[in-house]
Amino acid sequence: MSPNTQAIQAIKIYVPRDAAALAVGAEAVAQAVQQEAEQRGLSIELVRNGSRGMFWLEPLVEVQTAAGRVAYGPVDADDVASLFDAGFTQGGEHRLRLGLTEQLPYLALQERLTFSRVGVIDPLSLSDYEAHGGWAGLRAALSLSGEAIIHEVNHSGLRGRGGAAFPAGVKWRTVAHAHAAQKYIVCNADEGDSGTFADRMVMEGDPLMLIEGMVIAGLAVGATEGYVYVRSEYPHAIAVMNEAIKRATEAGFLGLDLMGSGRTFHLQVRKGAGSYVCGEETALLESIEGKRGVVRAKPPLPAHQGLFGQPTVINNVLTLAAVPLILARGAQFYRDYGVGRSHGTLPFQIAGNVKQGGLVEKAFGLTLRELIYGFAGGTRSGRPVKAVQVGGPLGAYIPPSQWDVPLDYEAYAAMGAVLGHGGIVVHDDTADLAGLARYAMEFCAIESCGKCTPCRIGSTRGMEVIDRIVLNRHLPQIREQQTELLRELCDTMLHGSLCAMGGMTPYPVLSALNHYPQDFGIEAKEA
Amino acid sequence: METVVKALIAEHRDQAGPLLPLLHAVQDCLGCVPAEAVPLIAQGLSLSRAEVHGVISHYPHFREQPVGRVLLQVCQAEACRACGAEALMQAAERWSGCAPHQTRADGAVTLEPVYCLGLCASSPAVMLNEVPHARMSEAKLHALLKAESLVEVQP
Repeated sequence: MSPNTQAIQAIKIYVPRDAAALAVGAEAVAQAVQQEAEQRGLSIELVRNGSRGMFWLEPLVEVQTAAGRVAYGPVDADDVASLFDAGFTQGGEHRLRLGLTEQLPYLALQERLTFSRVGVIDPLSLSDYEAHGGWAGLRAALSLSGEAIIHEVNHSGLRGRGGAAFPAGVKWRTVAHAHAAQKYIVCNADEGDSGTFADRMVMEGDPLMLIEGMVIAGLAVGATEGYVYVRSEYPHAIAVMNEAIKRATEAGFLGLDLMGSGRTFHLQVRKGAGSYVCGEETALLESIEGKRGVVRAKPPLPAHQGLFGQPTVINNVLTLAAVPLILARGAQFYRDYGVGRSHGTLPFQIAGNVKQGGLVEKAFGLTLRELIYGFAGGTRSGRPVKAVQVGGPLGAYIPPSQWDVPLDYEAYAAMGAVLGHGGIVVHDDTADLAGLARYAMEFCAIESCGKCTPCRIGSTRGMEVIDRIVLNRHLPQIREQQTELLRELCDTMLHGSLCAMGGMTPYPVLSALNHYPQDFGIEAKEA
Repeated sequence: METVVKALIAEHRDQAGPLLPLLHAVQDCLGCVPAEAVPLIAQGLSLSRAEVHGVISHYPHFREQPVGRVLLQVCQAEACRACGAEALMQAAERWSGCAPHQTRADGAVTLEPVYCLGLCASSPAVMLNEVPHARMSEAKLHALLKAESLVEVQP
């Protein structure tokens, strides 16, 4: 490129529109950048990208230079004039300059497969998506039979990323083999677990990838209709998804005769209404049907009788979002990441009391210690880490002695824990684990759908029992009796609940009791 | 009210599973799903009133009374609790003079604890009229409330 053409080309500046960036002032920064450029007579192209997932640096402003994208952050609207003064449009030096984005260790050390475009592209630009490898998976899928697509997904080792880790290919095959006039693809985007935001980042940062994954799923099993069920707490994600669906439909990637293939796939967004249990797949289906979000007994499985009684693939956002890459690069490429039976990558989400919270996509097999200290840099409060909850509000609290266990599905299951949706919440030494155990029971009581007794009644009884243990911490006899009662109650909930809501609430409760008995007023050896 | 609800019913009734999209549309238009709308919706969709009421009461998002001028949602989930969400909630109650799940008598503010806004790496977080605010502190919350003229009790 000659210096002349470079001069007339608009400078590309990126200011994220991810909700977590907006929550720390990205909108004001974007406006300030626009105004400042106008005042200075500079021609800029302002791109509202997704987030790179380094949330302590948001709003993270990037500038395209000949050497690559240069990052500045965290930028306040008041910093914008000084950034222009420092020549940041050419990558100039400034106290907020972080260097080339791709070389920041937090990003450089990741293995971004699903998140390769998030924060990089304009989420709603079809040309940007295509230029970064978009639609390659769908093109490959259109040349394959449904059975061949399912073979690829199966061979990749992809397992459900919502938490249950069920092999995606097996689920798809069941639906493909079912006979019905209408089948459905449902995307579970009811990301209610505290400590998780990867689904939101995908929907806000690379929605076309999710659409592509759902179309491929439809081709694989013979479904022509799809729903994305997004929680009402995510208004930004809903808006971006709706717009992306509109644009993809107009461009022929959705709807009738998609990409001239003669195949059909219609997609729409359904908005949740604040019920956590609707993240459970059968409750979610009930909700789309317009009913109370009450869990269904299984069987029948949704793969046999799902939405409106028809065979339905229901997968999490991250599961469906992994599919285009698997089709584009081949199953073996994806399978070669990970350890044991946990293939591929998991977008870990590090949250809570950490210095550098954000999204870390890595192959399975790294450890919690690497995430907490390597990536997250320890606690924000500067105090020692006491407990780490992995896998959302229904996941176990992991004590320091288990921080070196590799993060894979089987290793975590072996120690009575779960990876869930990859959410990691760090607590410092001021945390009261008896209080958090009680909170787990309280959360279950608030969110229980009420269909099964262990969950509906057990959760309230659980709160009461924990209160009595703590209240009677100086009366060993009552305390021990109540502790035994709590264990029996947890056993009932674990084995007698219809779904994970009641069935997994014992995970945080028992792990808190077992690893932090002193918080319940119990000597370690007693517990 | 009746005209609005009937128009919305006509707009939504032909889609599969129309009830939730319809309730969202009614609430977006009227600020809530008033009790008088329930029989209209039930009749329009050939459901019983109990079924419609059952759905409205199951979902925390749907309300029978409109919210105040400002809806302040304070996240109370684990990632926010790890960074002071409980104290933040108490401060919001104290300063705004509004109890949780309630609308202040003058209709200025509704205060709601919520379970996860998806801003967990920038906790604690709140949402004010659908605008998210993260990395909150009590000082930042006070400034937010002050900007909305909601501070009744000074810290």
